[in-house]
Amino acid sequence: MEISDIPIARIADQFLASIHQLGLNQAADYLEMAGRLLRLKAAMLLPRPSDDEWEDPRHELVRRLLEYQQIKEIVSWFDRAAERRALQYVRGYIPPPPALPELPLTLDLLALLEAVQRVIDGIPEPILHRVVARPLDVEGATARIEALLADLDRREFSWREALGVRPNIVDVLSTFLALLELAKRGLLHLHQPAPFADMVIRRDSALPAV
Amino acid sequence: MTPLSQLFEAALFSANRPLTIEELQTLDAEATLADVRTALDQLREHYDFDQHAVELVELAGGYQILSRPHFAQAIEQAQFAQRTPKLTGAALETLAIISYRQPVGRAEIEEIRGVSAGGVLRALQERGMIEVVGRSEQLGRPLLYGTTALFLELLGLKDLAELPRAEELTIALQPPRPPEPEPGEDAAASVPADG
Repeated sequence: MEISDIPIARIADQFLASIHQLGLNQAADYLEMAGRLLRLKAAMLLPRPSDDEWEDPRHELVRRLLEYQQIKEIVSWFDRAAERRALQYVRGYIPPPPALPELPLTLDLLALLEAVQRVIDGIPEPILHRVVARPLDVEGATARIEALLADLDRREFSWREALGVRPNIVDVLSTFLALLELAKRGLLHLHQPAPFADMVIRRDSALPAV
Repeated sequence: MTPLSQLFEAALFSANRPLTIEELQTLDAEATLADVRTALDQLREHYDFDQHAVELVELAGGYQILSRPHFAQAIEQAQFAQRTPKLTGAALETLAIISYRQPVGRAEIEEIRGVSAGGVLRALQERGMIEVVGRSEQLGRPLLYGTTALFLELLGLKDLAELPRAEELTIALQPPRPPEPEPGEDAAASVPADG
């Protein structure tokens, strides 16, 4: 193919036809080569600054082709050298060991079932946890406690009262967090008379009830 | 044959790889390197003069006893031995680049061949024909490859200096020169098969 007259359109067609048959790697190689030729073509079409500075863009391609040509020569030299060498044998050539014939299976059904059972027994019981999103209702608990605090007739009330009727785990946690928050804000005192005893919630007398 | 030649014959017969002169010297504490060379010459002449079917060949930096090429066909037909499988074109091209440019990185090989070289390099490494000889100082410190003694052994070469020099090839790489008269159809013919 004459390099100064590269039919780009034909190369593009050939590329598209080949890419469907080639693996991705080879197709990429072909794309790179097509890109190189395109670049070469563009460089040939551009106006030349002056004949002294202008370097023939084909030079690089020719150099690479010559380089590859030389490698091809070395390869054929290698090929002949290896061929000559292969005619001479060393002592004690050891052929690769033949593959062992497959042993016939000598199992009865019972033994097979026992083996299956052993495998099954070995499988550990999976430990499953159900994770459910249950948002804590701290605001609701705060409102409930504030209502109790607002009852000016009483100085204190118990943890069970704060929990409300038939509390579930979410109510307990929400109430506990609300109590801690209110205590931090100095709106109440928490008092536990004995270990594990019910907490007693007392309004902070220094401050007015909310 | 001197006792030293006989000792070397036994050693070379037992070894499954080429033995170097230094290795052979360890067999006899009193032998000098010159003694070793003389004894090896005697062994070679003994095989040649008495028309033995084996010969002493200088290979991959050492010496090895090999059957003469003349008997290759008979041995192969009787399936007493198998020919070493031929290398693919891609493998030979990669070996050609590595043998001349070693230590050389993968990027340079790919630049010359224009295709990716990862698979070929891995295969050649598995067959023991190339090895990693170091790392380049360039960005990413890529691995550098070189040829092994097995490479020389499979090509029947004494050392890398036996490779055809770039000037001997019909097309010189650089600089471009006017065409020279053809040096003959086979540049390899000038390399003797044995020392």
